[in-house]
Amino acid sequence: MKRSIPTDAHYVSAYMNGDESALCELITRHKQRIYSFIYSKVFDKDIAEDIFQDTFIKVIKTLKRGAYNEEGKFLPWVMRIAHNLVIDHFRKSNRMPKFENKDDFNIFSVLSDNSLNIEKRMIKGQVESDVRRLIEELPEDQKTVLMMRIYKEMSFKEISERTGVSINTALGRMRYALINLRKVIDKHNIILTN
Amino acid sequence: MAKLYSEKPRSERVEKQLVPKEETIKFLLDYSKALSVIDYNKLKFEALLN
Repeated sequence: MKRSIPTDAHYVSAYMNGDESALCELITRHKQRIYSFIYSKVFDKDIAEDIFQDTFIKVIKTLKRGAYNEEGKFLPWVMRIAHNLVIDHFRKSNRMPKFENKDDFNIFSVLSDNSLNIEKRMIKGQVESDVRRLIEELPEDQKTVLMMRIYKEMSFKEISERTGVSINTALGRMRYALINLRKVIDKHNIILTN
Repeated sequence: MAKLYSEKPRSERVEKQLVPKEETIKFLLDYSKALSVIDYNKLKFEALLN
């Protein structure tokens, strides 16, 4: 005796009456067509997976609420839901175009923003003006050497020639200038960091 | 022999045996089991019971 294959309508009504296994049957029956349909539109397996899942969540909710009208068109109905969700997906991705990082390429490996943001620029400016004020407090001979070395980027040989002292003296003044700066900074708990 | 330079249409490029992952289906079946709709004075409430 030939057994007739139960229709979708049969499983739908069984599911609406509480038979959970009927849903499994419906998904197994149609998963390939629905998933392929979604994939043919989005061409991304993960997105297709998400839309497939959302489609069936809608199906499950509608059936459980008893809001589905059985007209023998279960598959076209599910396909319509999937189609609408695909459209939603493209609308969303048009609104917010995004660059997808692939496994072998990450956009941030070639793109970086090294410029300081406005806050850091302000802090840097403050630190620099604080240092300038501290330098002004140094004894004249130390200040001259430090200004020539750091701001004018002169060598110690040039400094010694310009100031008429030996290189060793210039080196010593530079050393004391730095020691004195550190002392003042420590003494007044000045924080000079960016 | 002449080469064919034309591309296959998009629909043909889609593999025929594309199916969702098992875990997606399992999720849906579990979701279905957990979801219950409660009727109350013509209102319908959804409840997810894990």
